[in-house]
Amino acid sequence: MEMDWLLLAEVSLAGLGTGGLYALTALAFVIIYKATRVVNLAIGEILMLGAYAFFGLAAGWALPWWVAALGALAVAGVFGAVVERTIIRPMLGESPISVFMVTVGLGSMLVGVVELIWTADPHRLPEFMPNTPILIGDAFLAPKIGYGFMVAAAVIAVFVLLFRFWRGGVALRATASDQAAAYSVGINVPGVFSLAWIVACMVAAGAGILVGSIGGISSTMGVFGLSVLVVVIVGGLDSVPGALVAGLLVGLVEALAGAYLGGEFKLLATFSLLVAVLMVHPYGLFGTREIERL
Amino acid sequence: MGADAAPATPVLEVENLSLSFGGIRALNGVSFAVQPGSITSVIGPNGAGKTSLFNSISGFYKSTGTVRVDGKPIDHLHPPERAKLGLARSFQNIALFRGMTVLDNIKLGRHAHMKTGLLDALFYFGRARREEVELRREVEERIIDFLEIDHIRKAPVASLPYGLQKRVELARALAMRPRLLMLDEPVAGMNREETEDMARFILDVREEWGVPVLMVEHDMGMVMDISDHVVVLNFGQMIAQGTPREVQANPEVAAAYLGTGDVADLRRRVAAETRLPETREVA
Repeated sequence: MEMDWLLLAEVSLAGLGTGGLYALTALAFVIIYKATRVVNLAIGEILMLGAYAFFGLAAGWALPWWVAALGALAVAGVFGAVVERTIIRPMLGESPISVFMVTVGLGSMLVGVVELIWTADPHRLPEFMPNTPILIGDAFLAPKIGYGFMVAAAVIAVFVLLFRFWRGGVALRATASDQAAAYSVGINVPGVFSLAWIVACMVAAGAGILVGSIGGISSTMGVFGLSVLVVVIVGGLDSVPGALVAGLLVGLVEALAGAYLGGEFKLLATFSLLVAVLMVHPYGLFGTREIERL
Repeated sequence: MGADAAPATPVLEVENLSLSFGGIRALNGVSFAVQPGSITSVIGPNGAGKTSLFNSISGFYKSTGTVRVDGKPIDHLHPPERAKLGLARSFQNIALFRGMTVLDNIKLGRHAHMKTGLLDALFYFGRARREEVELRREVEERIIDFLEIDHIRKAPVASLPYGLQKRVELARALAMRPRLLMLDEPVAGMNREETEDMARFILDVREEWGVPVLMVEHDMGMVMDISDHVVVLNFGQMIAQGTPREVQANPEVAAAYLGTGDVADLRRRVAAETRLPETREVA
């Protein structure tokens, strides 16, 4: 069989594009895990919530897309604050498994709410991205994936800077490292918990708007979170660089498997990657060693 | 320096402090004060409530009774607010930010006092730069020099030996511009040389910074050498307080320690202490 380099390039680009969205959602997961040590399995459903909030505001209320996007982020932020304060914080000190199960339940509830309001039928999000094709060399990249990737990359870059230089980012890293020490130097640890949930839910909602505008929305789009779970396990639950590298890697592997082996091999390839990485690096590629066993 | 001599407002006053975990009384009506410029030590057998006392003062545990800093009650304040007031502390099992460098750890001590906002920080303009420069100067010229940790400032804390980690914790506490330095077992697990270094640093902190020190410590040699005032806890109750000499002479204190079962060790330590104060046994 002759190798089609152009096809390989196009498939790889599309894979990296999706990988950028994986990375963005994984970032949301990692922010929560770092600050609160909660494995948040509802991240895919929070992403869905963001997409539906955008759909409701942009299609239902016919608001301009950017107002709807800001509105969806605000909805997700409020949601994060309420969940952290009323559900997660009272469970501080409980077994990690219990908290993890609570997030599973939270995900199911979100699916239920979305189906009650918008039914289980798939919808398309209003078009808001330019639809001129992107050409990189001779390779064609679907515009939505390309612009989605650029937005994801920009948001991730901002977050990497915030983690390093903003006091809140430094406080989050300090809290992640040692809560008692963080308290003792005057860091408002409960405030960091709230902030982490608010910001992470907003990031996930932003990813949801991008994912939904590429592939449409439905009440099952939370399964996106399954691939994201693979991403964070491969990258290391508490590692931002890990989330980025593993996000791109998983996106690439899925796209290549889908193109050359067939769509049904996508998830097989993803989980094979997971097994392979865990055999070599049980804590993920970049993770630290103190990690929950689930 | 006589601890009870001056009628000045104590830096820290603990009044009738009690703390229970379920049915267990960890602290029972403990009262004492830390005078300005003094070194006050809390001693007592294992499980006497020393660390519980520290955690109550820092606000980690909700206790009953009153804690006052410079005469003002702080019972309603959360731990971060107490830290901002200048209650800086170290921990028995070293609580450093692993994965960060020595310098970053120390700079975090100032976190609560920095005012830099989100945009300042993003663009590193104006206030952010000024604060950073000011902080660097103080941390580098004063604290790092003083504690002799210049050679490890860039090292990740996790890679350092135990004694140096304890010193970094002290440095971070100093960066908080403390009103009171609370040290939980500052020399536990140290060899004699490290212990003597730490004792010297604690005395120098009091001299150079004028910061009073409250410490929990098992090393009787060091406690008796450098303390102005000693508070003795046993089973959550204060059984004695006074100058090192008074406490040593107190029969109840001896009984409390003998009650822990390690008679020979205590005798040896007391004997060594009374004969030759500078050659002390290391716990």
